[in-house]
Amino acid sequence: MDWIELFVSAGFWAATLRIAAPLIFGTIGELVCERAGVLNLGIEGIMTMGAMAGWMWVYQDGSLWGAVLFAAMVGAIFGLLHAIFTVHLGLSQHVSGIGITLLASSLSYFLFRMFLPNSTTPPKITPFQPVDIPILSDLPFLGEAFFSHTPMTYLALALIPIAIYMLYRTPIGLATRMAGENPVALEAQGINVLMIRTGAVVVGSAIMSVGGAYLTISAFDAFFFGMINGRGWICIALVIFASWKPGRALFGALLFAGLDAFQVRAQQLAGGDIPYQFFLMLPYLLSIGAMIIISKRMRYPQALLVPFRRGDRI
Amino acid sequence: MQIEPRENISPWRVVFAPITAILVAFVLCAFLIAWTGEAILESYGHLFKGAFGSRFALSETLNRATPLIFTGLAAAVAFRAKFWNIGAEGQLYFGALAATILGTGAITLPPLLMVPFLFIAGAIAGGLALLGPVFLKTTLKVDEVVTTLLLNFVILLFVNYLLEGPLKDPMSLGWPQAAAIIDEGVLPELMQRTRLHIGFIVALGASLFVWAFLRYTIWGYEIRAVGANPNGARFSGISINRTVFIVAMLSGGLAGMAGIAETAGTKGYLTLDLSPGFGYSGIAVAMLANLNPLGVVISAIFLAGIYVGADSMSRAVNIPTYIADVLVALSVLSVLVSLLFVQFKVRWR
Amino acid sequence: MANLKISNITKRFGSLTANDDISLRVDEGEVVALLGENGAGKTTLMNILFGHYVADEGNIEIDGERLVPGSTDAAIKAGLGMVHQHFTLAENMSVLENIMLGTESLWSLKSTVGRSRRKLENLSKEYSLQVNPDAGISELSVGERQRVEILKVLYRGAKILILDEPTAVLTPAETGQLLENLKMMVTSGMSIIFISHKLHEVLEISDRVSVLRHGAMVGEIATKDADKAILAEMMVGRKVTRPKAEKLEPGASIVELKNITVTGAGKAADLLNDISLEIRQNEIVAIAGVAGNGQRELAELLSGLRSWDKGEFRYKGEIVSRANASEFLRMGFGRIPEDRHHTGTVGEMSVWENLVSENLRQDPYWKFGKFIDFDANRKKAAELIKQFDIRCSSMETPARLLSGGNMQKLILARTLTADPNFVLANQPVRGLDEGAIAFVHEQLLAARTKGAGILLISEDLDEIFSIADRVCVIYHGRISQLLEVRKTNIQQIGAMMGGDMKAVA
Repeated sequence: MDWIELFVSAGFWAATLRIAAPLIFGTIGELVCERAGVLNLGIEGIMTMGAMAGWMWVYQDGSLWGAVLFAAMVGAIFGLLHAIFTVHLGLSQHVSGIGITLLASSLSYFLFRMFLPNSTTPPKITPFQPVDIPILSDLPFLGEAFFSHTPMTYLALALIPIAIYMLYRTPIGLATRMAGENPVALEAQGINVLMIRTGAVVVGSAIMSVGGAYLTISAFDAFFFGMINGRGWICIALVIFASWKPGRALFGALLFAGLDAFQVRAQQLAGGDIPYQFFLMLPYLLSIGAMIIISKRMRYPQALLVPFRRGDRI
Repeated sequence: MQIEPRENISPWRVVFAPITAILVAFVLCAFLIAWTGEAILESYGHLFKGAFGSRFALSETLNRATPLIFTGLAAAVAFRAKFWNIGAEGQLYFGALAATILGTGAITLPPLLMVPFLFIAGAIAGGLALLGPVFLKTTLKVDEVVTTLLLNFVILLFVNYLLEGPLKDPMSLGWPQAAAIIDEGVLPELMQRTRLHIGFIVALGASLFVWAFLRYTIWGYEIRAVGANPNGARFSGISINRTVFIVAMLSGGLAGMAGIAETAGTKGYLTLDLSPGFGYSGIAVAMLANLNPLGVVISAIFLAGIYVGADSMSRAVNIPTYIADVLVALSVLSVLVSLLFVQFKVRWR
Repeated sequence: MANLKISNITKRFGSLTANDDISLRVDEGEVVALLGENGAGKTTLMNILFGHYVADEGNIEIDGERLVPGSTDAAIKAGLGMVHQHFTLAENMSVLENIMLGTESLWSLKSTVGRSRRKLENLSKEYSLQVNPDAGISELSVGERQRVEILKVLYRGAKILILDEPTAVLTPAETGQLLENLKMMVTSGMSIIFISHKLHEVLEISDRVSVLRHGAMVGEIATKDADKAILAEMMVGRKVTRPKAEKLEPGASIVELKNITVTGAGKAADLLNDISLEIRQNEIVAIAGVAGNGQRELAELLSGLRSWDKGEFRYKGEIVSRANASEFLRMGFGRIPEDRHHTGTVGEMSVWENLVSENLRQDPYWKFGKFIDFDANRKKAAELIKQFDIRCSSMETPARLLSGGNMQKLILARTLTADPNFVLANQPVRGLDEGAIAFVHEQLLAARTKGAGILLISEDLDEIFSIADRVCVIYHGRISQLLEVRKTNIQQIGAMMGGDMKAVA
């Protein structure tokens, strides 16, 4: 297999989509929080928690979709905690987010060990299986690349138009965006800013938590330590790269995942001439690169990181 | 609910609020212990004995506290200026690399010079690891949270490569580890037959230095002003970029010194598991200390005690060691909230 | 029949009573002016009316029905509408989006964009308030933004319109237009509460004036029975005497700008275009103009915070090569910034630390220029606190806890104690009460007598005409020629502020 063949192989594109899916969940989740004006550095921990919770649900004989819901619920609880600290108590969003990550990841490891004290090799579950989309999956190349994925991958793709619709076409979306641009305007129109922000952080955290669960119940079949491995942080970079727009977040996640999938294959092609660690560095370096590229044209939500108190400046 | 600033901050609140908060964290954790089916008080007894109950336990705790003081100071200094350096883990490894490259035979000095030399080299290396993020922040306004975080992963992979390649000790029988630090460079032990080494004293000195630096020097004033209100600081003629740069070098340098303490002190050589997340725990240390450099010492010893104690607790009773991380995280969050109540009062209506 | 009835409202914040037993009545089709100094309690009262705060005592009725306290939504539904002094618009969103906010059920899954657009267009026509629904707010002028704010309120079906200092940011021409619009709304049955401290506007538009002072209602008077002097005395509680500038012969040139241009990064128009200006010893030069015409850039330039692209900057005849705030301070520049909270002080740091923040690295406050001398600094701070009568519980108090007037005194103390040769005073009395205004003006005039050249940037023509020697107008980054204050008048400057530079005689 040489370099050109790589890009025309269906396996490469299928892998790209698989790598992109959890990032899409994470990025959209973070985007929803930040659009409402709240940076959520708890993402890394919440994704860990989602991975553990989703997996554990299935391991305890729960259903796969039940696991998705359970992961979302657990993520929502941590989101609520972050919202109480930052939105209601006005703590620094950076500091609270890091605290949430510490708590959520340590708690996931603790609970995992508590339920499975003596296992050395991580036990496995039966994850989501690929579902062929009728007719489309029979297409040569395209079928294998895009229409033979697990339901959760399709869910990730569906999330993008849903997010766009909700943010730009509904009253609640308008209110959410306004909470991140000018919360005083919301207050003046009789909408409770704290409620909108809390809601956004809770929903966003639930979505990112599902992204974590994707890893354990769709991409792989086990939970192991250090499994999120910086994916949460990468999602934060992707949100910035996407200029807080869901459509561009999809593009960013796919681009990123494509390069990651390429990196794995390039490693094999390079055949040891270049140490494998350098390939593994690529995703992280790329994220930094993406932020440099976008830095000139960045347009933050204007009230991001700005706490709101009732009666301020009105 | 309405939050209003207090006009007078009573000193007893400053002291008792965090203590109450830590008690709350212990109570919350007690529920987890109860869930595992173990006796709560007995378990906490094991934790305390394991941390402070004997000469050996105490030496282990202080040994563990040493890198935490350094990384805690690194976070405290940076966060004071609202420069969110979350890359202490990577900077620590850069310091450790400096120790390995310079201290395994490349340079030999008498011990009295070799040890300070290594600490300085480590500090410079740690600062270097932050050059990229600080440059990107000051010139292109690239968010340092993400760059420093992601660099941790890059640096760890880079160290991994070096340990499997150029820096691999040929005598190590296949293990990815570097050659040992030469005897002149090894940090002298502080208590006989324990792992507690001179690095602890250096860490105490560092915290005193940082405290005095922030309180008495022009740079300290500038750091505090930039952290509290960059606009106002700029207006009084303070260069924000220069201040951020100084903060970054100080913060990275302190984290790099943690790498020296571990490589030349506790371990003796560089491995990939040199740090079980000291860089990240440093953030918790700094937050628990409310970013006060002297408080960092106390909170680092507290955290180290929890980690060391949890190890021996998990040997005695059937509770996963991860309880330590949970306890630390809960302490951090509840102390954060408690400090809020020191500064503000909440009116419920 | 009473449309709005506010009865016996009391609101306390800690030891401060912001509203003390206030009652106010507004009938249908009536314009009531609420007059009061900054800090008199107008804003608190409006916050209570709109449910941002809950009053400790008293209640509010609209058309005889009691208004639920603490609910903005209830206030809007009852027919109240507020046009805030600081616009509550999101820059990055369109006019339509800003107006639609909060008009639909949050839980509906569909926005009725088409219907809303038609409703907006109709309203726009009915009240002749022209706007483009799809324009982004950031593209609009201040006057247009205010129109959006008013439309927002009308869109919600307000019957009682409350305008908080609506003319503060408008040119005289725009102000005239606004007053016309308001009169039209009144004839169609609306009631208006007009909050202001500008007496002539109050006299022009209102039927009745209610005056607040120190949180209490001090009186009510029919507008036809009132004149400026009566209102001013009711508002301040004594005869108002603002200090006047005595005549002084200007001395040597202190600051001279020649053809200074600052290009806007990425924007088509220059931020400052070919500015030439000279400020001499013993004089106050004023820059009049509506906010956003380049004042901020000019102020930053003269504070050493912004560099220029073209032109020459001279200080005492010497060329200044680059902007550098600490260098400017050393050379003898004094700066009073527009924004006391965000620029002028570091709120988390103590009063004394803020008082010495412009002496950084200087003997004797910093030993070797590097190490702070607490005693010297605290001693200096104590002197300044006494000399300028800065009210604070101790010099260790964080500066953010000071009141606006005391914060401004802190900045004045810091600036004027250095005996600056040049003082930039950017909106030095904004948001202050009469007493504090008089204090600031006295201090500026004293500095002028001592020999400083002062540049006063202000939107308040009364201020300019009471203390300035010469005046020019800034408009779209350009300035008009300098006029002697004694040889011009408010009408002429007002016309120029609207862009009619030819009004120069």
